[in-house]
Amino acid sequence: MTLPNTAKPAILLTSQTTTTTASAASASAASASAAAVAVASLGSNLNSSPFKSSARSYADIAIERNPQFKKITKQDIDHFKTFLEPQSILATTDIGGTIDEAKELDGYNTDWLGKYKGRSQVVLRPKSTQQVSKILKYCNDQKIAVVPQGGNTGLVGGGVPVFDEVIVSLGSMNNIRDFNETSGILVCDSGCILEELDKFAAGHGFSMPLDLGAKGSCHIGGNVSTNAGGIRFIRYGSLHGSVLGLEVVLPDGTIVDNLGTLPKDSTGYDLKQLFIGAEGTLGIVTGVSIVTPPRPNSVNVAVLGVSSYDAVQKAFRKVRRDLAEVLSAFEFWDTRCMQIVLDHNNLRSPLEEEHPFYILIETSGSKKDHDDEKLAECLESLLENEIIDDGALAQDETQVSKMWSMREGIPESLGKWGPTYKYDISIPIGVLYDIVPEMANRLEQAGLYSKDPKTYESASKDDPNVVVKGVLGYGHIGDGNLHLNVVANRFDKKVTDVLEPYVYEWVASHKGSISAEHGLGLMKAPHLHYSKSKVIVDWMVRIKNAFDPNGIMNPYKFLPRTTTSSSN
Amino acid sequence: MSGLRILVGVKRVVDFAAKVRVNSQQTGVETANVKHSMNPFDEIAVEEAIRLREKLGKDKVTEIIALTCGPKKSQETLRTALAMGADKGVHVEVADGQILEPLAVAKLFSKIVEKEKPDLILLGKQAIDDDSNQTGQMLAGLLSWPQATFASKLDIQDKLLTVVREVDGGLETIATKLPAVVTADLRLNEPRYASLPNIMKAKKKKIETLTPKDLNVDVTQRLETLKVTEPPKRKGGIVVGSVDELIDKLRNEAGVL
Ligand SMILES: Cc1cc2nc3c(=O)[nH]c(=O)nc-3n(C[C@H](O)[C@H](O)[C@H](O)COP(=O)(O)OP(=O)(O)OC[C@H]3O[C@@H](n4cnc5c(N)ncnc54)[C@H](O)[C@@H]3O)c2cc1C
Repeated sequence: MTLPNTAKPAILLTSQTTTTTASAASASAASASAAAVAVASLGSNLNSSPFKSSARSYADIAIERNPQFKKITKQDIDHFKTFLEPQSILATTDIGGTIDEAKELDGYNTDWLGKYKGRSQVVLRPKSTQQVSKILKYCNDQKIAVVPQGGNTGLVGGGVPVFDEVIVSLGSMNNIRDFNETSGILVCDSGCILEELDKFAAGHGFSMPLDLGAKGSCHIGGNVSTNAGGIRFIRYGSLHGSVLGLEVVLPDGTIVDNLGTLPKDSTGYDLKQLFIGAEGTLGIVTGVSIVTPPRPNSVNVAVLGVSSYDAVQKAFRKVRRDLAEVLSAFEFWDTRCMQIVLDHNNLRSPLEEEHPFYILIETSGSKKDHDDEKLAECLESLLENEIIDDGALAQDETQVSKMWSMREGIPESLGKWGPTYKYDISIPIGVLYDIVPEMANRLEQAGLYSKDPKTYESASKDDPNVVVKGVLGYGHIGDGNLHLNVVANRFDKKVTDVLEPYVYEWVASHKGSISAEHGLGLMKAPHLHYSKSKVIVDWMVRIKNAFDPNGIMNPYKFLPRTTTSSSN
Repeated sequence: MSGLRILVGVKRVVDFAAKVRVNSQQTGVETANVKHSMNPFDEIAVEEAIRLREKLGKDKVTEIIALTCGPKKSQETLRTALAMGADKGVHVEVADGQILEPLAVAKLFSKIVEKEKPDLILLGKQAIDDDSNQTGQMLAGLLSWPQATFASKLDIQDKLLTVVREVDGGLETIATKLPAVVTADLRLNEPRYASLPNIMKAKKKKIETLTPKDLNVDVTQRLETLKVTEPPKRKGGIVVGSVDELIDKLRNEAGVL
């Protein structure tokens, strides 16, 4: 066959070109133990100064490095060498690494958005649970802080170090341990890449119960640790249901083998649930047992154009009722997202005219004729009742993947357009989109944005003024989950101050969640109280202290800083 | 001058993105429970016909007829062509599993040409299932019409057809009078999506169904397939731990050093 391969593109990773010199770092010359948590542009040489300092970053309150944590030395590296292979260790030159290793470290220190950058001097890439156990036991005894890292696609700065925490990357633990053809239960290492697992499952007629835009890079362990949602959530529900068991290494090196394969098990506290969404603060997930549903052999995708957010909701109500058990995704995005994603990927719109909102519907079932008929009836009635204005139905797999790339390509396209502030919020569907125009107004009033797209859209990072290029919304409507994205010409405190804490207050006032699926990480740790009561946060702190009394696991993140044991 | 009539060929094939597997008898590829769609090159041909009408005007292109030869399910492919903008469909139906060789298809087409009297025939340059790349050429031969294969650009002015062809060394531009047969290459255009209003309209468009017998064409296979096998499996890559290991593997396993 001679056509070019048009399969869904894997997302681009670690490609944030790092050009100009650090901006936040130059803001103030504070003490050498305080760090700029976030650096928008990352040109500075890794080795020149391990702790480029700034009392305050663009986004956050200053964080001091916890002096109780030991700084890593060559002796520590030598110790790791006693049980890890040489290629499992990357270190900076001052502690025994090579120049190439130091370069490679940069990717591990920088997050996907190019927003957060740590200064870790060492990456460990264990190949077995035993090795992970030895690493953690040693770090715990020595009080060395650790950050677990999966595919490094997290969006809240959770997977990269804040200061010099040792990075434990799970990428070399990527074996499938077991698969049961009857039950569809898959047991694998936590470092397996989601897309690889899905391909493996497909070979047996099954599919992974979750799917998201970062699938080509993210690990199942990272998914579990962030309690990732994604585009199949509406169909297969949360990882709290589909994960049947976990193997976890606790900070003191204890291996907790909770890798059950029982769909039903009511014997005591369900410990594994604590690690789903723990973001590496309680231990390291090394193995995952997950139930995979049978792969649907009939899939349809349609993109619809509608005139208002109200119409999006009306369409959702009808679609959910009409398509019922075959509905497998209901996503929406606004017109600006569509313009950017089409432009960035050089794609043709499925619809002839522009529409204020777009909807993507996917059905997955076992009998094509049945699905086709249901979908056709539903779509026709949406058109006839003027709930939607136009729509297109994919006629082949190539069109299916092109349509999906219009939704899944949004985060990457926005990232290419400019530094992106991301808010991933859960709110009741009725008011879900309200925050987008409201934020646009606030930014306009602050003189940072204009609704006339031509005004700022081409501003570059070198522009003397910081400006917002776009305020956009998209998300998983079925789950009441909106991604509010604000694209600026650079990360700047002026923008942050207009956005925060306003977004969080707004979400709290609607009884929403400040993080629907991306987690808390570094970004949202101080804001947890907007979503959780003091009583709940207090109990979270107790749980953290019970598992990790020395506070070595992913410090400075997840829980409000004043209450974590390690930071006071 | 009366308006142009365009005949477009569309074939139902295993979807371009579907994974093909050889069947257990090794007589062909597995087709049960495998996604089928319109041959991508035919999609391009349909798109080109519609663009010609958009460019020349409705009065200049009076009818676009989509023709498919294949089993009952090929009607779905016709519906896609109709949803894209073709005006009517013709289905030459054969039994499920009946293999139609290029010559048989060309003969069936030539009979339909007698009935429909098109001025231009647009086909895909090849079908992605058998990769024969013969039907267009054979049809032109049977009709004694000029042919322009591998078209990457097409223009019509006063019944003069200009086609840019993709050839080995680059591009070749040829001109010919109509009627003619044109086969579409990948870069001719990017096909449109089928819109819901058009899909709904397509349901009301006419599909005429005929059989090879009605057209007096013998479609018996003339070629015999001896065996179909899969290409040897590519081995997955491995990560080597050191330069020494790499050299060792290149020397002792790959034998390239
Ligand atoms: C393009 C794009 C699209 C996305 N779409 C979605 C989406 O639709 N839905 C959604 O929910 N999320 C989405 N995300 C964010 C999502 O959280 C991550 O993509 C994914 O779940 C993280 O996996 P990872 O392996 O990259 O983890 P990382 O980024 O490496 O780590 C994330 C967190 O988990 C911890 N961690 C990682 N592995 C382990 C482990 N083995 N043990 C303990 N802790 C660990 C890290 O310390 C960190 O706190 C998207 C991200 C991108 C870039």
